[in-house]
Amino acid sequence: MSLIDSLPRLNAPKLPRVDGLIPWIVPFAIILVWQLASVTGFVPGRVLPAPSDVALAGWKLLLSGELIRNIWVSFWRASIGFLIGGSIGFAFGLANGLSQLSAKLTDTTLQMVRNIPHLALIPLVILWFGIDESAKLFLVALGVFFPIYLNTLHGIRTVDPQLIEMGRIYGMTDGELFRRVIFPGALPSIFVGLRFALGIMWLTLIVAETIAASSGLGYMAMQAREFMLIDVVVLSILIYALLGKLADSASRALERLTLSWHPAFQKK
Amino acid sequence: MQEALRFQSVDAEPVDRADIIPQARQLRRASEGATRGLSLTIRGLRKSFGDNEVLRGIDLHIPAGQFVAIVGRSGCGKSTLLRLIAGLETPTAGSISFSETPRAQDLRVMFQEPRLLPWARVLSNVEVGLGRERKSADAQARAEHALVEVGLDDKRGQWPAVLSGGQKQRVALARALVSQPRTLAFDEPLGALDALTRISMQALLERVWRDQGFTAILVTHDVAEAVALADRVLVIEDGRIAQDVTIDLPRPRRRGSAELAALEGAILKHLLEGSEDTSDL
Repeated sequence: MSLIDSLPRLNAPKLPRVDGLIPWIVPFAIILVWQLASVTGFVPGRVLPAPSDVALAGWKLLLSGELIRNIWVSFWRASIGFLIGGSIGFAFGLANGLSQLSAKLTDTTLQMVRNIPHLALIPLVILWFGIDESAKLFLVALGVFFPIYLNTLHGIRTVDPQLIEMGRIYGMTDGELFRRVIFPGALPSIFVGLRFALGIMWLTLIVAETIAASSGLGYMAMQAREFMLIDVVVLSILIYALLGKLADSASRALERLTLSWHPAFQKK
Repeated sequence: MQEALRFQSVDAEPVDRADIIPQARQLRRASEGATRGLSLTIRGLRKSFGDNEVLRGIDLHIPAGQFVAIVGRSGCGKSTLLRLIAGLETPTAGSISFSETPRAQDLRVMFQEPRLLPWARVLSNVEVGLGRERKSADAQARAEHALVEVGLDDKRGQWPAVLSGGQKQRVALARALVSQPRTLAFDEPLGALDALTRISMQALLERVWRDQGFTAILVTHDVAEAVALADRVLVIEDGRIAQDVTIDLPRPRRRGSAELAALEGAILKHLLEGSEDTSDL
């Protein structure tokens, strides 16, 4: 009885500001524990510097302009690589989802290429492009291509055939059918691909920058390792986490905007 | 009068609201005169899927404006017949001809599933029904009018996901009606609804049919529904018309009346005998 009584109170609307803070409780608690562990000497500074030291290193790099420059370079590489790989993947997904001939012609090849870990191509890519920008863009584009391609294809293939039949009965042209039925139907799946792709985008870029680069976040972390600047290494790792979270939030916001019809996105 | 005929909320409606105003309705129908429906004639119609011959020679004439129900056990070919009439399948042999060559918007189908676009609001879903005319200036007004017709004008801005099953099916009906079709084919449109919603939807179907005067072809597995709504019930068995029953009872028909029950019993008996025959084989 008392449990049942308490249920409505659990579901009662909370203050939105408090609600928005809940996801950040755990990260802040971790930082707090970490700081305490460092200050008390439980974790030695040469293994893991205190968060305050990391923040200080970040502040210095910020003042020197080095941090902003490296973040900008990485961000630029990530975006351009993503745009190239994503557009090609999207185009192939559309073509193979809509045309049997195109699917027969290219899908098998793409599935074979997909099974090659794209990071295994790094030695070859260095031989081809050196440690030029194009090497990083190529790897990011390649990594992003497959999740976008596969999920676009899957989305288009799984659009409810009854809706397509309905569209045809009501006299939609091929263009209208695509715009009003097939594309919106495939969109939830395309977004799944987008979010996977964003994860792979950062992963690829960081690995590529760590191995072969003369600027960017990965390069900054590698340089810091050379000089035993462990606080900068940790800083770089934290920035990856924040950038990844940022990309994910952006794609979620886009999702909420375009999928407002979807029951999962409807506000109570 | 229009106001009096309108169902504000069909789902919540008492069953026989239609009885209140039968005279007004009859007057209205008489004043309209001739029906807008198309008549159709089917000759020697056959349809096979591979080796499986589903329809084995159907000959049928449906006069303009008639309400025909097609019943039969599952797999008897009744849905195939409907899809052929609606032009969704091509016949293997035989012909279907209309009194006039129908334009696309003259011939509409309503399915068991509402088939609404989940990403379009209710009003846009209804506008889909206008076909090529959906870009005309009065498209929105016509869609709104069709929503009023099914009593859902207050839901025009909603997503389909928030509607009940019966409401979705009413939106689908509005979409089928918005182009003012001259023949409307129903493929078990009420099959997935609960019993009470079915009854109010049946009243709605009957009302729009009487208001708009299209030729209605209803495929159903519910014999009671068939005899309550139709002028004529066709029983299909093994790909042929086994029975052609005229239901000559005045409308609106009172559910559960002795005449309806007798007709329903006779048709059901025939259907069940048929099933015993096949089990003997």
